[in-house]
Amino acid sequence: MSLLLDVKGVTKRYGGLAANADITFDVNEGEILGIIGPNGAGKSTLFDLITGFQPLDAGRVHLDGHDITGRRPDIIAGLGVARTFQKLKPFTDLTVTENVMVGALARTSSMKVARDAALEALAFVDLLEKRNHFARELSTGQRKRLELARGLAMRPRIILMDEVTGGVDQRTIPGLVDLVLDLKSRGVTIVTIEHNMQVMMRISDRILALHAGRRIAFGKPEAVRSDPKVVDAYLGGTADAA
Amino acid sequence: MASDQARMLEFAKSEPAWPRPPLWSMGLGLAVAAFLLAYPFVFTSPFSHHLVILILLYALMAQSWNVVAGLSGQISLGHAIFFGIGAYSSTVLFVKYGITPWIGLVVGIVLSALAAVAIGVPTLRLRGHYFAIATLLIGSSVQIIVQRWDWVGAASGLYIPIDRTSPWLYLQFHTSKIPYYYLALGATVAGYGLVWLLRRSRFGFRLQALRDEPDAAASLGIAIARHKVLAFMISAAMMSVAGTFYAQYVLVLDPERLLSSEISIIVLLMTVLGGSGTLWGPALGAAILIPLSEYSRIWFGGTGRTIDLIIYGVLILAVCMWRPSGILSLFEEGIRRRKGGAT
Repeated sequence: MSLLLDVKGVTKRYGGLAANADITFDVNEGEILGIIGPNGAGKSTLFDLITGFQPLDAGRVHLDGHDITGRRPDIIAGLGVARTFQKLKPFTDLTVTENVMVGALARTSSMKVARDAALEALAFVDLLEKRNHFARELSTGQRKRLELARGLAMRPRIILMDEVTGGVDQRTIPGLVDLVLDLKSRGVTIVTIEHNMQVMMRISDRILALHAGRRIAFGKPEAVRSDPKVVDAYLGGTADAA
Repeated sequence: MASDQARMLEFAKSEPAWPRPPLWSMGLGLAVAAFLLAYPFVFTSPFSHHLVILILLYALMAQSWNVVAGLSGQISLGHAIFFGIGAYSSTVLFVKYGITPWIGLVVGIVLSALAAVAIGVPTLRLRGHYFAIATLLIGSSVQIIVQRWDWVGAASGLYIPIDRTSPWLYLQFHTSKIPYYYLALGATVAGYGLVWLLRRSRFGFRLQALRDEPDAAASLGIAIARHKVLAFMISAAMMSVAGTFYAQYVLVLDPERLLSSEISIIVLLMTVLGGSGTLWGPALGAAILIPLSEYSRIWFGGTGRTIDLIIYGVLILAVCMWRPSGILSLFEEGIRRRKGGAT
């Protein structure tokens, strides 16, 4: 497996508070990397730093050997990095198909090609039935699928997913998890932030654990799960119960 | 199950990319087109021609504003600048050098687009209302500068000397308003055609995306600032065309008439009233507000100027309270949503 995303010593401070302090990890092509950590651990900030939405104070980010540190979000996206947002951002006044077409238009200028690609991405996330609805009419779970389809329509090399199962109805979680695994089987590299530990342990090849802006563990799920610092900081006394 | 999905995908792909408008709206469109084409021969008084010429020009101006506000989500309060550039370009070139307004029209388009870059590059990075404030101030500054600029006639402005030698070359028609009518109709139809294409293009999709959610748009590879500036340039060029035709129509121009921020506000009001972000909203807004202001001018004389603004205000208030997306949204949503798809 070859190295796709290489993050070294990434740091972001807000005044005296370090949202991310010297965080280092890497992602191999084709794997699922899970990021865990309690609220405020700096997970979403890390996504913002990698994808150029916030300037970083220190550290480097390399994508497939190219330095993408501090580039503009659209340029990083153009290099094949897709992302979803924790706070969902559908294009509310466009239809579902049109939303996803915007993603597909990142790699084609043909509206016909973009439309077909968008419909395929919608079929993949099982949202085809809603294709002619406005995005604002979708439920939260459907919006998550929509954002995923929109990112996928770019045919990214890597997708950063911020809490795909967060805030959705329990019954829809298995479907979303299958979707992520299905994506992996298609060769997409995935970095995912999740609160649901069971899901995380099951799908991740490796896990990065953050606490208060610092990396406290990084490695195979079993190793991270039994790491005393993780147990202490994140799982508390319930590690065994999970 | 899987084959169901595949069949549905094939079906979805075979659907027309753009839903066919319902029959009633196509019928209405044809009726309006026929009415506009025949209008000057049905209603023959100069005032009835004047009224629709103004409606057409303002429909074009409001559409121009709509490209920036409705499609890219930036509220410009300085659009009069481009109206003025269009008018002054053709007029100055004709008055000082005898150059046909057709060339002035092109020069105005180019200068307006350049001005849009000069204004847009520093200001379109601003989020929220700062762009609106910046354009308002720049617009007022331009008016003040032109009021003191002797070469372009300063505050008293310029008169376009009458030339009867070649009406179509010099865009002056002294016996009838009908040629102006068809020129205005042509320019407006061209402007609406352009925006119709724009809305269905990759660029138009990307503008609407960044209007709704700039961060999500950037995450999909859209260069936000560049797209906004380009939209601003297109909008400025359209406004400039209206400026040139307007100047040729009234044959007199001064900063008060062409660069006043009132123009910037009126195109905003028209668009918001009709439906910002829609294709036909600006035209609907112009068709409501222009007769309102012209008739109040006639009925109330000099005092009518303020009365029409009061009525505008009430209308806008009503729209904001009951139909924030504009009058047209009463119909358009139903048109855009496919019957088959909406389950």
